[in-house]
Amino acid sequence: MGIDLSQFHQVFFEESYEGLDVMESALLNLQPDTVDSETINEIFRAAHSIKGGSGTFGFTDVAEFTHVIETLLDEIRGGTRNITSEIVDLFLQAVDCIRKLIQQHDAGEPREIPEAVELKKIFEAILSGNVSGDESVSSPEQASSVSESDVQGEDGSSGHGWKIYFKPELDILRTGNDPLRMFRELESLGSLRITADVSQVPLIGSIDPEACYMAWELELDADVSKSAVDEVFEWVVDESELRIEPLSSDDAALETRSETTPDTEIEDKESEIKMELEPTPSTPASVSKPTETVPNSKKDPSKVEVSSIRVGIDKVDDLINMVGELVITQSMLGELGLDFTMENLPRLLEGIEQLSQNTRELQESVMRIRMLPISFTFSRFPRLVHDLSRTMNKKIELKLTGEQTELDKTVMEKIGDPLVHLVRNSLDHGIEMPEDRVQAGKPETGTITLNAFHQSGNIVIQIIDDGAGLNKAKILEKAIEKGLVSENDNLSDDQVHDLIFKPGFSTADQVSDISGRGVGMDVVRRNINELNGSVEVESTEGQGSVFTIRLPLTLAILDGQLIRVGEYVYILPLISIVESIQSFQGMLHRVVGGCDLLRLRNEYVPIIKLSSIFNIKSTAQDMDDGLLVVVEGDNMKVAILIDDLEAQQQVVIKSLEENYKRVDGVSGATILGNGTVSLILDIPGLIKLAGVQRYEYKVVNSGDDCAA
Amino acid sequence: MARILAVDDSASMRQMVSFTLKGAGHDVVEASDGKEALDKAKGTQVDLVLSDVNMPVMDGLTLVKELRALPSYKFTPILMLTTESTGDKKMEGKQAGATGWLVKPFNPDQLLATIKKVLG
Repeated sequence: MGIDLSQFHQVFFEESYEGLDVMESALLNLQPDTVDSETINEIFRAAHSIKGGSGTFGFTDVAEFTHVIETLLDEIRGGTRNITSEIVDLFLQAVDCIRKLIQQHDAGEPREIPEAVELKKIFEAILSGNVSGDESVSSPEQASSVSESDVQGEDGSSGHGWKIYFKPELDILRTGNDPLRMFRELESLGSLRITADVSQVPLIGSIDPEACYMAWELELDADVSKSAVDEVFEWVVDESELRIEPLSSDDAALETRSETTPDTEIEDKESEIKMELEPTPSTPASVSKPTETVPNSKKDPSKVEVSSIRVGIDKVDDLINMVGELVITQSMLGELGLDFTMENLPRLLEGIEQLSQNTRELQESVMRIRMLPISFTFSRFPRLVHDLSRTMNKKIELKLTGEQTELDKTVMEKIGDPLVHLVRNSLDHGIEMPEDRVQAGKPETGTITLNAFHQSGNIVIQIIDDGAGLNKAKILEKAIEKGLVSENDNLSDDQVHDLIFKPGFSTADQVSDISGRGVGMDVVRRNINELNGSVEVESTEGQGSVFTIRLPLTLAILDGQLIRVGEYVYILPLISIVESIQSFQGMLHRVVGGCDLLRLRNEYVPIIKLSSIFNIKSTAQDMDDGLLVVVEGDNMKVAILIDDLEAQQQVVIKSLEENYKRVDGVSGATILGNGTVSLILDIPGLIKLAGVQRYEYKVVNSGDDCAA
Repeated sequence: MARILAVDDSASMRQMVSFTLKGAGHDVVEASDGKEALDKAKGTQVDLVLSDVNMPVMDGLTLVKELRALPSYKFTPILMLTTESTGDKKMEGKQAGATGWLVKPFNPDQLLATIKKVLG
């Protein structure tokens, strides 16, 4: 037959991932030493489903591993074993292993995982150390119930056949079993002779029509194994009298005699059932081995992300409504346009206003489709905090608020890692050891709060801890040591705190494994900037810190600042703009080596002339005419010289690369209201194009020298 | 050609069973837990029930008991889909009134062979 089971694999993978998530959060909710039976059952069922499915679809490694987990869970839910926090930890590790094993199958590259092998041994040891007499751990059978070995003669087939005495229990019919069906099955093995024993059938007045009072003697003339016969009666053997003996040649000789046995008659009921049919070709129950299909598709293991999205029906309905409104407006405008006179102008303007509102609503509605609650990302943190706090021997409570706040699916996927890093950072460097907290008059258990909310068209995510806060002195010391600032710089607290985002910065005395390797914070900021977002920190020493991430609600739309150089309009991401100032000649400082610098309070900022880079004619003749927009990109500040600032507006980002090709300094394009194309500038790209060297320019003294 | 009720909380299992049985010409009704199964069985008479044991809301054994209490399902074949942990599970099924069992993991061919055994 060969049904291709791989068509069900994707569903199995997805439901398994969900099941693993259920297991994980249920495990985290378990208080050690209390058996909340519903929670245990939930965990058991999830493991059970994964085991069943993985066996069915041929993922033997998953099935065998999960089997051990399931067995232990079974003991726990049966009350024969207590659950301890050590076992919970082991289960959590097991969840990780199962997830990895499944991911590998999902990606088409199954491999052995050493941790899984180790863990399995540990579980097996726990199970075998159990003295309450439970079953010893056996590996799950591979679809063997219906199958029997088709090695014939192994169980004493005489070669002639079998003699069977079968007396089922009275209630056999009530279990949905039917002796006639079984006989038909035997018939398919060979020629069958049946003699009924009706001696137990009561008189018609006392017969229970649903009961079975009969017994049978059968002679099966077939060269089949005993187990083939056993199998026919497999379901009823425990409740019936069943005797199976080899049919000897004597019995065979008896055959001729029994043929002529006259029908036994019962007063009211049917008589002997005598059947003799042509032997059908003997088909011993044989088994096709479960196809061990490993998915053939060579999926890139790094792209195991699900590329689909679940959308609530309500969002789809909203969308349909919006489109409906749009169609109404469109037909209204269409009608107006048919026979337009200036008289109709007010109505036209009204219609256009209506159209713009419809479009806005439709836009919002469509964007909401791609939005998911941030709980999807927050959900990994309870486990993370739990594990890390145990590793570090700290007491930490995690609070999540605003989990229903929605954001774009892609943004959410990309903010995951930066969030993890920030939380790890708070766990590692923020929250103090329990003893230190008590000494400082704080509660022993530290709190980390993840908070999310919408604010002026953005989503704001905060990581708040009540730990030690940032150590200003230490940060300054390190920054000076690394040459990022000088001793004489007069920096505000906020500016000092912001130093932690500079590349190569780390105040950890030893590079701890978890965070603090120094590549962290600046990478975090860069990742967030790439999402057109920003990250800042506020901190009070001794009390705690708040990291605030701001992200646009979608990657497709940007809050932009239109700027004009000559007759061209470009767009700068609003979020990258620090300030804009009127420029005049006196601000400019020349440096040997040719870059122009802007003196901005206590720092020098390189100036980039867009007109030169893009080779366009600027209307501003010199510095006195133009505007300087100070922007931040790639952890660096530059000032862009432009002719004029125009409006601020939301622009839809269109890919230049897809429509033309990749251009340095340009991150995308959009179409303005007047129909022209406007390029969206990419600050790091511009910096490279301008050939600006990455020096840290500091004011050394009031002279004009630059220190590199 | 029979109407079969397939009950399992795992969507991939239901799909596999459903696809296999439909391919053999049967009509399949699906349910993801015992309660849904019972409601569907009451709504439409089925000729055979295949049910997982461990399910939320109402588990397989309870489903069997409930079904057997209905007059139209007194003699209907009901097979439990059980994983081979212990023989006790099989007995529990029988005691609840099930006809027999099919042990997970099974492949489509085994499923069809067992169905044939029961439907004749």
